[in-house]
Amino acid sequence: MSIHQISVFLENRVGQLAQITKILADHHIDLRALSIAETTDYGILRVIVDETVKATDILLEQGFILSKTPVLVISVPDAPGGLAQVLALLAEGQLDIEYMYSLFTNQNGNAYMVFRVSDEAKFTALLQSHNIPIATNEELGIH
Amino acid sequence: MERYYQPELECASRETILALQNERLVKQVRHVWDNVPYYRKKMEEKGLTPDDIQSVADLHKLPFLSKDDLRDAYPYGLLAKPLKDCVRIQSTSGTTGKRVVAFYTQHDIDLWEDCCARAITAAGGTDEDVCQVCYGYGLFTGGPGLNGGSHKVGCLTLPMSSGNTDRQLQFMVDLQSTILCCTPSYAAYLAESIHERGLRDQIKLKAGIFGAEAWSEEMRRDIEKQLGIKAFDIYGLTETSGPGVAFECSEQTGMHINEDHFIAEIIDPNTGEVLPEGSKGELVFTSITKEAFPLLRYRTRDICVLTREKCSCGRTLVKMSKPMGRSDDMLIVKGVNVFPSQIEAVLIEQGYQANYQIIVDRINNSDTLDVLVEMTPENFSDSLGKITEMEKSLVAALKAMLGIYARVKLVAPKTIARSEGKAVRIIDKRKI
Repeated sequence: MSIHQISVFLENRVGQLAQITKILADHHIDLRALSIAETTDYGILRVIVDETVKATDILLEQGFILSKTPVLVISVPDAPGGLAQVLALLAEGQLDIEYMYSLFTNQNGNAYMVFRVSDEAKFTALLQSHNIPIATNEELGIH
Repeated sequence: MERYYQPELECASRETILALQNERLVKQVRHVWDNVPYYRKKMEEKGLTPDDIQSVADLHKLPFLSKDDLRDAYPYGLLAKPLKDCVRIQSTSGTTGKRVVAFYTQHDIDLWEDCCARAITAAGGTDEDVCQVCYGYGLFTGGPGLNGGSHKVGCLTLPMSSGNTDRQLQFMVDLQSTILCCTPSYAAYLAESIHERGLRDQIKLKAGIFGAEAWSEEMRRDIEKQLGIKAFDIYGLTETSGPGVAFECSEQTGMHINEDHFIAEIIDPNTGEVLPEGSKGELVFTSITKEAFPLLRYRTRDICVLTREKCSCGRTLVKMSKPMGRSDDMLIVKGVNVFPSQIEAVLIEQGYQANYQIIVDRINNSDTLDVLVEMTPENFSDSLGKITEMEKSLVAALKAMLGIYARVKLVAPKTIARSEGKAVRIIDKRKI
């Protein structure tokens, strides 16, 4: 099963983000990654957590508007040029990046990047043909 | 020295005006009865015939007309003349659902322009003046009305229409405009621009006629000081003709209603009962000279007070106060009528909940309209681009409906303030 990201609608208002992280903390949910896309009035908080279903239920219960999106998480060598080779691949394949951000996790000398691209199937095939590993839930300790 | 355009009417004795009103009302009721089945039916429902209306004293017997009637009867239901006798239409701001189309014969336009000429003359206008009209031209009554009035007075008329401030200022300086006609907020904006560009010494304005939106005494003093002019208020509505239904004189303590054309009443907006003179209530107009679109007892929804106290200008026409509010939920933003129901209709059509809040403010003397909309699970997407697209299409749909720009602000669900479980729909922060 692919890794799911939770996207939450955020109003640009003092304390919104603090409120969400507090809720997650109270329920012992650990963040694996976090990124925010924003305009002047609102934003989208994107998180990957260790317990996706539980976190989704709790946030919905608290009245947040959210969606679950499958994303590709790729492990790249945590060394100069690690990311560059993946991006070169995307450019070669004429693929657009909708957004990308990194995980906090670092294992066995590897860093992890979250990708959302215009053509996921094509990207997956490209990665496989170049032996670039796609991370699994198990690998990242996500239930 | 006070100037009058038609002194024999503007300064006529109360008896003369009343006699004129009696005669014209009786004739008008007959005209409507004979030509407007829609209103005739309303009269019949109350068991009335034209014979029941012998004078202004009988006016209260007649049924009211409201904006809803105008909508129900759209477009021809209240027309009292064959179309071949009509030469013009004007319309309220381009809004579906609440659109009002008014028809004019040449005679109607003539009398309307007389009313505007009275306003310009009361503001000191003569055939020596250069009158710059920057109300919108087109369906909006502001431009055409003042334009016609200015012609009648004999002013050199600059039909500028609204906007294009650079050009406005260039003409104002090059052609030495002496009278400015526009909305008060645009006047304030022009005043600011004149100061910014250091043009104060190059303009020759002496008077301004500002209407179509509410403005405070403070704003008047500001504009007067900045432009070195005397600023006059003017009142009107498309339904009754346009600007010039009432106008201010040199005393600046209210607007004289052109009573030879319009009979004004003040009613209790809840009961419809006519209130004694000097009471605060809803203003109701009966147009007694209009041929094509004669409205009897039209409820303006504007709340104000009428006074017959002697005016230092010498006019005997009754004076109305500035409107103090509305008896419905209509907002006037940038001179445009905005109904919350229109905004609600757009939201629903665009897939949003009818959970919204309208915030009106006045920033730098210009109205702003913000619409707060609660995000819904259906409209939410992981893509910022998609949300922004939806927001843009909502802004465009609102613009198409209202005719003015409204800023949309997407907010988290359940964040719109509710009092007693009911959302507070409108917050008007303007200090008027």
